[in-house]
Amino acid sequence: MSKIHVTTKVNGDDVEFLCEPRETVLDVLRDHLNLTGAKEGCGTGDCGACSITVDGRLVCSCLMLGAEAEGKEIATVEGIATGETLHPLQKKFIEYAALQCGICTPGILIAAKNLLEREPDPTEEQVRYWLAGNLCRCTGYDKIIRAVMDTAADMREAS
Amino acid sequence: MVEVNLWSGLRRFTDGVVTVEVEAKNVGEVLEGLARLYPELEDIIEAGVSVAVDGKVIASGLTERVKPDSEVFLIQQLKGG
Amino acid sequence: MALDKTETGESYEGRTSYTHVGTRVDRPDGLDKVTGRAKFGADASAPGMLHGAIVRSPHAHARIVKIDTSKAEALAGVKAVVTRDDFATGLTGEEWNVLENVMAGDTALYDGHALCAIAATSALIARDAVKLVEVEYEILPHVTDVDKAMEPDAPIIRAGQQSKLVPEGMHPNVVNYYQGGHGDMAAGFAEADLIIERHFTTEAAHQGYIEPHAALATLGADGKGDLWCCTQGHFIVQKTCAALVGIDTSQLRVTASEIGGGFGGKTTVFLEPVALALSRKANRPVKMVMSRSEILRATGPTSSASMDIKIGMTKDGRITAGKGVFRLQGGAFPDAPAGMAAECSFAPYNLSAVSIEGYEVMANRPKQAAYRAPGSPMAAFAVESVVDELCKSLDLDPIETRLKNASREGTKAAYGPTWDRIGLVECLEAAQAHPHMKAPLRESEGRGVAAGFWFNHGGETSVSLALSEDGTAQISVGTPDIGGSRASMALMAAEVLGIEYENIRVTVADTATLGYNDVSHGSRVTYASGLATINAAKDAVAKLCDRAAQKWGIDPDAVVWEDGCAKPAGPNAGQFDPMPLKEITRRMGRTGGPISGHYEATPEGAGVSFGVHIVDAHVDRETGKTSVDRYTVIQDAGKAIHPTYVEGQFQGGAAQGIGWALNEEYVYGEDGRLQNTVFLDYRIPVASDLPMIDTVIVEVPNPGHPFGVRGVGETGICPPLAAIANAVSGAVGIRMTSLPMSPPKILKALKAQSDG
Repeated sequence: MSKIHVTTKVNGDDVEFLCEPRETVLDVLRDHLNLTGAKEGCGTGDCGACSITVDGRLVCSCLMLGAEAEGKEIATVEGIATGETLHPLQKKFIEYAALQCGICTPGILIAAKNLLEREPDPTEEQVRYWLAGNLCRCTGYDKIIRAVMDTAADMREAS
Repeated sequence: MVEVNLWSGLRRFTDGVVTVEVEAKNVGEVLEGLARLYPELEDIIEAGVSVAVDGKVIASGLTERVKPDSEVFLIQQLKGG
Repeated sequence: MALDKTETGESYEGRTSYTHVGTRVDRPDGLDKVTGRAKFGADASAPGMLHGAIVRSPHAHARIVKIDTSKAEALAGVKAVVTRDDFATGLTGEEWNVLENVMAGDTALYDGHALCAIAATSALIARDAVKLVEVEYEILPHVTDVDKAMEPDAPIIRAGQQSKLVPEGMHPNVVNYYQGGHGDMAAGFAEADLIIERHFTTEAAHQGYIEPHAALATLGADGKGDLWCCTQGHFIVQKTCAALVGIDTSQLRVTASEIGGGFGGKTTVFLEPVALALSRKANRPVKMVMSRSEILRATGPTSSASMDIKIGMTKDGRITAGKGVFRLQGGAFPDAPAGMAAECSFAPYNLSAVSIEGYEVMANRPKQAAYRAPGSPMAAFAVESVVDELCKSLDLDPIETRLKNASREGTKAAYGPTWDRIGLVECLEAAQAHPHMKAPLRESEGRGVAAGFWFNHGGETSVSLALSEDGTAQISVGTPDIGGSRASMALMAAEVLGIEYENIRVTVADTATLGYNDVSHGSRVTYASGLATINAAKDAVAKLCDRAAQKWGIDPDAVVWEDGCAKPAGPNAGQFDPMPLKEITRRMGRTGGPISGHYEATPEGAGVSFGVHIVDAHVDRETGKTSVDRYTVIQDAGKAIHPTYVEGQFQGGAAQGIGWALNEEYVYGEDGRLQNTVFLDYRIPVASDLPMIDTVIVEVPNPGHPFGVRGVGETGICPPLAAIANAVSGAVGIRMTSLPMSPPKILKALKAQSDG
């Protein structure tokens, strides 16, 4: 039982850790790096609560081994805001009450941010299908979809 | 005296009666009065019942006031989610 | 408007305008939740912490002959093992039932039933150790279907649980029976021009909260414990855990984390007593988190139901008689919500003849827990489907017919009492007038309408409000925030105190800091904690007025509170400038001491709520898939303290109902094992399944709350099941009587339709 030494980047910071071969990136984030924003909702890649991006790609961190993080750039919900300045998505989510219990919110923000980076002018259908991998049990998705689409519109206008 | 209405399934333990008069000023006294009149109701009441007073559903409180002309109904023990 | 500071109470005050209540402020937990800072159940850790894992039965019903933990204990890193022997003995009633469910005694009662737990230095070691525990079972016959569990040859789950209310000669698995109603049924049916009788079944569904159960427990040999967990009711957790591990209630301090969904499923305990018992044995903190398959197998799904409905109607749409029989299984334990199902079933209707019966049945399944309006959704599915079928057969408008028969203030409810002020008619009229009803339907689309009802209730509530020297306020509540209640409490307090919403911070206090509070359930929090907050604020206001009176040298009765200031009641009281709250609190330490208000009571006037849903859906005849194209929720909220959160509750309830109607079900194999234990196979609605969900907030004030608040959280899940079945019926002409209306079942019905 020997641990694996991993060097990676998380939210722009250089990070080193030791992890068990069986530990996932989610385990590492939560238990070793004190980044509890990503949540475990299912452990099988079905709920998206553990969503992060790895080199700009949306990934379920429960499906990736900690060892696989070597040399990658990982982004979590804790890195979305810049200091005390929230990302437009975060502001909109609060304004529109696009969250209730909030457990799915980190994953949805990561996924939505990734979508808007790839497609600044998504249709409602595109937003719904992109977020289909993020389960929410509280909101029925209505206010979430509205928040994402209106943020996209705001961001297009601002640029 | 307050008129208390029981659900029909309780008839077996009250000699067929579904409307019972008890001396009571609050919900707790209503339940005590029922148990005194019909001892067979006691453990059913203990297991849990809710009471509707003038249309207002009292899930568990015993101190809700009951007037002589109040409409009182026993209903299933209420628990939400 | 001058505040009546003498009246603390529970009656509607009849205000026509509010400054803060009804506004759409930002929720106070918003920032934490969008930055990932909010701490949920699994987000805590403690120095020296161990991780716990549970050994679970793979059999639906089996006697536990022997548990051999020697190999597990020998694994490096394993620090403690507990079984049922490590818990209290001599418990009775519901406490015994909970313990029996938390950790099996001599019998495993369902697939996933816990029977042993292990604490180790890492979660992986704990999981490995679980696999090393050897259990010898004697397999027993099992039963998972509610009707089969009632048959004479059904395996007995547990003898001696049957209430004397159960009719003579029924199987021991039938543990309780409710019968209610009034009027002459024979005469009622004789009057009808059309009678429809149908049998319905619904399968168990899970609340599906995304956050798994999680707890971090510390319990010393001295009987003092600390517990952090996600829960809807930390005071109930405190009470129950203390009983199960055999310590005094007051020696256990429970803190509620942010909760990632509950919907009724987190109103009881599963992991928490186990974590405490492991902690005591290991003398170290123990953290436990459930996996998704543990949640589905071994927490508290709702009941499955088998129901028979018979309704008679005249040609012109008057319901002459209604009969409903509801059989619900609650897992291997009593308390399936059969009685409540029966009572809710005909609630929307003013009937001169009605007969309702409920059977509570046990089966080899996990102990059911509440799921948003327990019992009501299944019952509404059955009754609202038959009403729809009657309307279609008689060519009557579904809303007009419901209006004709609607329960109103002064009519007699099916479960007995005369209705007080209720909002069903207002909801039906709003539905009738809604643009959704006039929107043209596409070809192959059907439109369904259904009503629903939930009681809502009150319960024990304590609130404490403390003023700070800078004139801001802190409120401590004991009800975990499951719907945005912290914002609503602050709005109500702001209204009473006359200070800004942003100057009030609401905290969910731990069990050591506040008097007892009943669980956040029954849609009670905005009503009960709100009422307590209003009264605690009024208590504080009375004290503020006293201080002003003291300063002015006048009688306290001569001081009123208006716009956040103490003012003389009239010119005769004296000529004094208004004294704002901030000025009084600035010197409160020296003028009599800190100023707080508090209120403890069991307010019980939560006010019932009705809802009406309209749904457009189409069915793909090739795949059997039903798509929801348009959805409108109309529900009576009494008074919407924060309209956006009320909308959120309406939409969330509807979404869960859609999932329950179309896809969600517990699938048990022949061996009694749960087949679909992960989210891939227990399919809840995803973003691409749903349309926008429009909402209409109807406000018919609740006479039992100062601002007219009614509970809103639960009713939303009651109409969708039938509304969708009715839409499917309109779309393809098949009447689905078994939930979920999944594609295979729809295809089978379509085939039968074309064959027959």
